[in-house]
Amino acid sequence: MSILGTRVLRTEDPRFLTTGGVYTEDVVDERLAGACHVTFVRSPVAHAKISEIDVSAALAAPGVVAVITGADLADLPTIEPAMAGLINGKMRQRLLATDTVRHVGEAVAAVVTESAYQGEDAIELVQVDYDLLPAVVDMTAAAADEVVLHADAGTNTAADFGSPDSLKADLFDGCEVVVSQTIVNQRVAPAPMETRAAAAVWGDDGRLTAWVPNQGAQGTRGSLAKLLALEEAQIRVITPDVGGAFGAKFGADPEHAVVAWIARYLGRPARWTETRYENLISMTHGRAQRQQVTIGGSKDGTVQAYRLEVLQDAGAYPRIGAILPFLTILMTPGPYAFPRAEAIAKTVVTNTTPVGAYRGAGRPEATAAVERAIDLFAAAAGVDPAQVRRKNLLPTFTEPHQTAFGALYDSGDYVAALDKALAAAGYDELRTEQQRRRASGDVRQIGIGLASYVEITGAGDEAGAPNENASVEVHPDGTATILTGTSPHGQGHATAWAMIASDELGIPVEKITLKWGDTDLIPEGGGTGGSRSLQLGGAAVQQASKELLDVARQRAADQLEANPADLVFDVGRSAFAVAGDPDASVPLAALAEGERLLVRTVFAAAGATFPFGTHVAVAEVDTETGKVVLRRMVTVDDAGVVLNPLLAEGQRHGGIAQGAAQAFLEEVLYDADGNPLTTSFADYPILSATEMPSFELADMATPTSYNPLGAKGIGEAGTIGSTPAVQNAVIDAVAYLGVRHIDMPTTPRRVWQAIRDAAHDGSEHG
Amino acid sequence: MRVELTVNGEHRSAEVEPRLLLVHFLRERCGLRAANVGCDTTSCGACTVLLDGKSVKSCTVLTVQAAGQQVTTAEGLGEPGNLHPVQAAFQREHGLQCGFCTPGMVMATVGLLAENPNPTEEQVREGLEGNLCRCTGYHNIVRAVLAAAGSAGQAAPAAAEVSA
Repeated sequence: MSILGTRVLRTEDPRFLTTGGVYTEDVVDERLAGACHVTFVRSPVAHAKISEIDVSAALAAPGVVAVITGADLADLPTIEPAMAGLINGKMRQRLLATDTVRHVGEAVAAVVTESAYQGEDAIELVQVDYDLLPAVVDMTAAAADEVVLHADAGTNTAADFGSPDSLKADLFDGCEVVVSQTIVNQRVAPAPMETRAAAAVWGDDGRLTAWVPNQGAQGTRGSLAKLLALEEAQIRVITPDVGGAFGAKFGADPEHAVVAWIARYLGRPARWTETRYENLISMTHGRAQRQQVTIGGSKDGTVQAYRLEVLQDAGAYPRIGAILPFLTILMTPGPYAFPRAEAIAKTVVTNTTPVGAYRGAGRPEATAAVERAIDLFAAAAGVDPAQVRRKNLLPTFTEPHQTAFGALYDSGDYVAALDKALAAAGYDELRTEQQRRRASGDVRQIGIGLASYVEITGAGDEAGAPNENASVEVHPDGTATILTGTSPHGQGHATAWAMIASDELGIPVEKITLKWGDTDLIPEGGGTGGSRSLQLGGAAVQQASKELLDVARQRAADQLEANPADLVFDVGRSAFAVAGDPDASVPLAALAEGERLLVRTVFAAAGATFPFGTHVAVAEVDTETGKVVLRRMVTVDDAGVVLNPLLAEGQRHGGIAQGAAQAFLEEVLYDADGNPLTTSFADYPILSATEMPSFELADMATPTSYNPLGAKGIGEAGTIGSTPAVQNAVIDAVAYLGVRHIDMPTTPRRVWQAIRDAAHDGSEHG
Repeated sequence: MRVELTVNGEHRSAEVEPRLLLVHFLRERCGLRAANVGCDTTSCGACTVLLDGKSVKSCTVLTVQAAGQQVTTAEGLGEPGNLHPVQAAFQREHGLQCGFCTPGMVMATVGLLAENPNPTEEQVREGLEGNLCRCTGYHNIVRAVLAAAGSAGQAAPAAAEVSA
């Protein structure tokens, strides 16, 4: 029986559970002996000219080795924005701010000390004189260009995706019902439990070795090369265990480069681990869109037209977040067959922390917009929201479906996912219970929220079609080693990739070792993100295993003096045998004795895949206090064929929780002057165990033909479905009081205010 | 200051700065790096260890405050080939992903089950409110704790027994 599809426990767990993972701060390596510690001085103001930096007091403090400012780094190039072709290329950053700071938390200087405690003491002694400039925090205000962040650019607009002039004046002609709503998809913090860190040392050969928590060592090597003006060949990146990333640890940040620069400058290894305070103000944030949705159709619940207008906050310096509206626009219509739809977007810079990728990265924003729009339309038309979805979802398709926005959905059965989720949740019974509570005037009302979604995973990039490499080697002692270009940081690749190889080679999972995250060992790789790993990296492991068997078959034929075509591979015994003569056999491991039995291959997929599903949330809302309790989360997440249900469910759980947390808890806040208000886990309402129910997962698996595993991505689907499902549930609970919309997070204050406003409006009009 | 304490059953005597946090003592002086630092505000619990059998956040205990006491970390609970029932339950129920919160989560669980050997799901969630996990959505952590509680009543030995 194949091991694929079974609940294999993680082989990596015993280590994590006892001695703990070896994260960057934990790395013990002789090359790092005697390392100095780097502590950053960060701007306490959102927008200012730096008139003077006085480091003399800090230099005199105990244990201080050096204090580095931007002037020391003047020879390094300025940092170009991500996707410089799409983004205004004049919005540039320096590794350390030189003349201007543009957000609270921007690094201004780096204090180098013998010990970490000394660094905390010494940064207080660096005197920076700031001449304050007016700060712009609100996106709309930024778009008006009254305060311009980057004088060279002359505008705060980093990019336009389409023009307002392209919007059709007659898009909603003929619609009986048209609804518009401004929707805030608020800024949130990725907040991986492990903050950012780095360790760096330069060898006698002039090469940098850098340990960095990341999502792909090869991409991090590329980023460091750009930031430090080095050739990639001069850099070795090693990825230790990584304590969560969620999109925010791709590439390298300015701080990583500064640590590497310091190690060269001082000629000794250097280390850095940021505090949570630093993490919450300087690691990239996620989401941060304001959306205008308009939806129109007939009174029977058929949608005829949909428009999405996006304003994206890039923060002070355009990073990957600046281009995420591209993905939002790509997924505009979601799983629906809207006859007419259009979308545009604008990205602006503000005096806030830069925005990057966060679990879903552009797609959750598209789903949140269209799923709120569907509910707004359903409410206006007076049709049940489940019925509106069923009426407008694309019918089942087996041949790829081309959307008007350029996406090619590989396979999908959206109505089945909806019906399965509704049945699992007991939708009709929930509506009955809702009616009962409303009739009895219960203080605690329930709301039922739906979200049907489709998303894109495993996409290629500007370099070409999606692909990933893997190497598989069988050793004479019967063990095997896999090298992968993916970069697990909780996903369980060591177990999953071993399952795939084991299924082909007949070598037990526990005898297979996975290696990743060392650019000298594995020079190429796309890392882990965009839910790409299994469908590309896993498929590459399978392909390499099959190709390895081809090589082994030839060797076995030579040994057994048989025709290769006459040999069968017995997976159960991990041996080749002559067909019809099982005694004439040779173990696979024995074929590695003379010459290494090793294959490296690249798997290229036909295209991106499009997982889909439906989430049903049940929220209880106290109508007197506005407090929301999430009672149930029932989800169907169809990501094709499942390799290991244990791991797939874990990905769904984590995604569901993070998405739900955005809906009713989490938000990064700034005051009008750009001062961050959520700078610790005491202030940022990060999800805890008490705020979640146990989740109810229903299974559905529609294979894709784009890889031989039949797998699509599962890492982000949970997040994409749960956010609008929970938001819709909260609004649904109080809709009977006249509430149409509540922005996220649906805090008690917001819910209470919405109920109060609705009552006020009702009495005015009634 | 000189401090004497027992860490995972081993007597330790060390000269420390008065401000040295217990978590830094464990990590840097004892080489026990399972406990992690995930925040600045005693919010995340990644540093949770047992102090005389009760779970504490070692980022909020000075090393000198632990003088004369028994400290137990995840390293002292079990070994890769011989997991403690709580550690085994976390593996069986897939109660960990990136692993950063895990040693703290395991120690908090041991402390929780010592106080309440048969908690309800709600009591587990309340008991672990001070331990943050960003990967699992808590679902499988809760299942692991409930499973450990159900496993032969031996899930939560007193710390002194564990470290002995």
